[in-house]
Amino acid sequence: MARGTLGDSRLPGPRPTVARRPEREQIAMSIFDGYSTDDFFDEMFAPDGSPRPAAQMLVENIDRLPVGELLRRQIAAERALLQMGITFNVYADEQGVEKIFPFDLIPRIIAASEWAWIERGLKQRIHALNLFIDDVYHEQKILKDGVVPADVVLSSDRYLEPCIGLNPPRRIWCHITGTDLVRDSDGQYYVLEDNLGCPSGVSYVLENRNLMKRTFPQLFGMSRIEPVEDYPSRLLNMLQYLANDKISAPKVAVLTPGVYNSAYFEHSFLAQQMGVELVEGRDLVVLDGFLHMRTTKGFERVDVLYRRINDDFLDPKVFQSESMLGVPGLMEVYQAGRIALVNAPGTCVADDKVVCAFVPKIIKYYLGEEIIVPNVPTYMCWEDSDRKYVLEHLDELVIKAANESGGYGMLIGPHSTKAEQEEFARRIQANPRNYIAQPTLALSRVPVLIDDNAKWHFQGRHVDLRPFILYGEEIYVLPGGLTRVALKKGSLVVNSSQGGGSKDTWVLSNAS
Amino acid sequence: MLSRVAESIYWMSRYIERAENVARFVDVNLHLMLDLPVGMETQWQPLVATTGDDEVFAERYGEASQEAVIRFLTFDTKNPNSIISCLRAARENARSIRENISSEMWEQLNLAYLTVMETAEEWAMAEPHEFFSDIKMASHLFIGLTDNSMSHSEGWHFCRLGRLIERADKTSRIVDVKYFILLPSVWHIDTSFDDIQWGALLHSASAFEMYRRTYGLISPTPVVKFLLLDREFPRSVLHCLSRAEESLHAISGTPLETFSNPAEQRLGQLRSEFAYAQVKQVLSSGLHEFLDAFQTKLNLVGADIHEMFFALRPVEDAAANGQVQSQYN
Repeated sequence: MARGTLGDSRLPGPRPTVARRPEREQIAMSIFDGYSTDDFFDEMFAPDGSPRPAAQMLVENIDRLPVGELLRRQIAAERALLQMGITFNVYADEQGVEKIFPFDLIPRIIAASEWAWIERGLKQRIHALNLFIDDVYHEQKILKDGVVPADVVLSSDRYLEPCIGLNPPRRIWCHITGTDLVRDSDGQYYVLEDNLGCPSGVSYVLENRNLMKRTFPQLFGMSRIEPVEDYPSRLLNMLQYLANDKISAPKVAVLTPGVYNSAYFEHSFLAQQMGVELVEGRDLVVLDGFLHMRTTKGFERVDVLYRRINDDFLDPKVFQSESMLGVPGLMEVYQAGRIALVNAPGTCVADDKVVCAFVPKIIKYYLGEEIIVPNVPTYMCWEDSDRKYVLEHLDELVIKAANESGGYGMLIGPHSTKAEQEEFARRIQANPRNYIAQPTLALSRVPVLIDDNAKWHFQGRHVDLRPFILYGEEIYVLPGGLTRVALKKGSLVVNSSQGGGSKDTWVLSNAS
Repeated sequence: MLSRVAESIYWMSRYIERAENVARFVDVNLHLMLDLPVGMETQWQPLVATTGDDEVFAERYGEASQEAVIRFLTFDTKNPNSIISCLRAARENARSIRENISSEMWEQLNLAYLTVMETAEEWAMAEPHEFFSDIKMASHLFIGLTDNSMSHSEGWHFCRLGRLIERADKTSRIVDVKYFILLPSVWHIDTSFDDIQWGALLHSASAFEMYRRTYGLISPTPVVKFLLLDREFPRSVLHCLSRAEESLHAISGTPLETFSNPAEQRLGQLRSEFAYAQVKQVLSSGLHEFLDAFQTKLNLVGADIHEMFFALRPVEDAAANGQVQSQYN
C-alpha cells in the first residue's frame, strides 16, 4: 500500500505552525502515512491501506492525538513497566539478568466473530488432547487402533512411565495450556504448537491490559473489549476444584524454580493475584505421606500445587536425581492421590512436536469431529519420504527439535547460512525422530512504533498469538491472549528470550 | 508464613533501615564539617567506624578523605553496607517475596533502587544534601506504605522487627562513636563548637528537635539519655527494643512479660536492662563497654530469631512438636 509519504519526523518535536487552514477536500494527515503492509497479512490494515473494520475506531483515535502524544505515552508506559518491575530474566546474559519485556502501545485487535471461531477450535483441541493423554497412560486404545503410531508416543522423551495408570484429580491432565497460533499471508490461522508444560505469558496479558487502560482510558471506554481481569480468580477456582472434596479450605501454592528463573515475575504475580503462597523446592517437604511447607509456625500441608517447573525436575527420587528444584518423594504423594499437581506430570507427551502433528487425527478419533483451527502442515523426519523432502528443502523450511522450546534448537531455512543448514542435516540424520519441519509461514504483521534514528514512525512486525486455556469444571479460553511481536525487522522469532516484545490483545465484544 | 518468606521480609526491612541510617550519618557529617573551626581537621574516619567496616575501608581506600568515605558508604558496590548495596539487597529480598508484600511497597522500593542506580555519582557529590534526603524520604515512604497497605499480621511484624533491631543497633553505634570522639575535646567544652558537635549527634538520629522540646539545652548526659533510654522517641534504643519485643510476641502469640522461645527471653532481658538503666551509672561505669555489650547481646537476639523462625528445621522435629497443621475437618 502507499498512503503518500509525509516524512517520518513528524511525531516528536514541536507542532509545526499552520499558516492556513487546510482545504476541506484535502486528505487529513495520518501518522500511519507511509506505513506499508508489504504484501503480508496486516492485522490492522487491509491491502489497500484502509483500516480493517474492527480497527477503524482505533486508527481514528490514534490519528486524533496531538503530534508527539503517542510517543509520550509510549515512553510513559515503558517507564511504568520498569517501575513496576515487570521484567523477565534472560539466560546466558551475564550483565543484568533482568530485562523489561518490550511493550508496544498499539493493541492488536481481533473481531468478535473471528474470536468465537478460535475459542471453539481451542476448546475442541484441549478436550481431545486431555482424552488422548489419559488414554496413552491407560488402555492406549488410540495406539492399538493404529491412529497414532505407538513408537512415536512411547519413544517420546516426554512419555513418563511413572505416570502409567495414574488418575489425576477429576481426570484432568492439561489444566493450563498456552497454544501458539499464527496467521499466514492469506489471513488463515494455524496452530503452531500447544504449550502444555508451564506456558508463560499470562501475567503480561494482564499487565499489558492494565497499562493500556492507563494509557488510553477514553478509547478503552468507547471500545467494547472482552475483559481479561478475572483470570486469577478463574485460575484459583480451577486449582481449588482439583483438591480432594473432603478438604473445606484447600491450600494452594505456586512452585517456582526461584528468583533467577526467566518467568519468575509471572510466578510471583500469579501467586500474589490469587493470594496463595509462592514456594520453592526448599520450602517443601514430604511428611507422613503429605506435602508440607516449612513455615514460621511449623509444617503446613499443601493440597494443590501449581508447579512451574518441568516434569524432569519434580522429584529427584523419580526423575533427575540431581535436581534441587523439586521435592524428594513428591511423586509418591501424587500417586497416592494426596496432592494435585498442575499440570499433571506426563501431560507434555502431547506437546512433543511429532505428536502434535497427529492432533487432527486425535480430534477425529475421540470426538468424531473435524479439526476447527488447523495445524501448521508438518513434515516428520522419521518418515523416509518426509525426511527426503526436508533434507532437499532445508533452505525453505523451519526445522524444529521435537522437544525444545523458547526458540532454541530451531533453523529458519530462508534466514540460515549454508553451514547452519549442513549442521541441521547432520542432526536430522543422526536423530530423525527428534526433528520436524514446517513451511516458513509469512506470519501476519502489526504496526509497531519504531525509533529509526530518532525518527519515530510505524513499521510492520511479525506476530503470533498465545491464548491461554484453563481446564477445570469446564474449559475456559481467556479472550485474546498474549500477542508476541518480533521486534527485529524481518524476524520471525517472537520469543521473549530472543528479543521479542508484546502488545495488548483486544477481543471486541459481540454484545453491543 | 513460610520461613523463607519471613526471613526475606525481615532482611528487606533491615537493609532499607540501614541505607537510611547511612544516608543520615553522611548528610549530618557533611553539614558538620562546614561548621568546623578554622584549623580543625575534618573527621570522616568516625563515620566508617559507625558502620563497623574500618578494616575493609582501610584496605581499599587508605586515608579517610571526605570523598573516599562518601564513595565507600554510598556508591561502592563492593562494600556490602553501602547505600547502593543495601538497596540492592533490600530489593532482591523484596523481589523474592513480592506476593507477600503490597504492590505499593514493591514499587516504591524498586523505584528507590532504580533512582540510585540511575544517579550519576558526580551529581550526588555535587548535590549531596538533595541526594541523601531522597534516600531518607524513600525509606520513610516505604515504612508509611508498609503501615498503610500491608495487613498488620505476621509479615508486617517481621518487617517491623527487622527495622527496629537494625535501628537500635545503628543508634547505639552512632552514640558510641560520637561520644568517644566528642568527650576528649575538653578544650571545646562550653564553646559553640561543642554545642554544634553534640547537636550533630542528635541530628544524626533525627532527634534534635525532639530533644530540645524535652531537655532544652544541649549537654552530653541528657543527649545520651535521650538517644538510649527515652521511651517515646522512635529512634531511641529503648523505644526500638520495646516495639521490637511487641512484634516478636505478636508473631509467637505469647503474652508480654512471658516467653516461649530464647529470642523472646533474650530480647526481654535486654529491654528490661534499658528500661531500668540509670544514665549516670552507665556513663560512670563506661559507656563504650555498655554499648559494646549491648551490640553483642543484640546480635544474639538476631541469631535466636534466625534459629527460631528462619532456619530449616529437620523433618523429624515436626511430629514430636505436633506442629503439623491439618486442613482436614
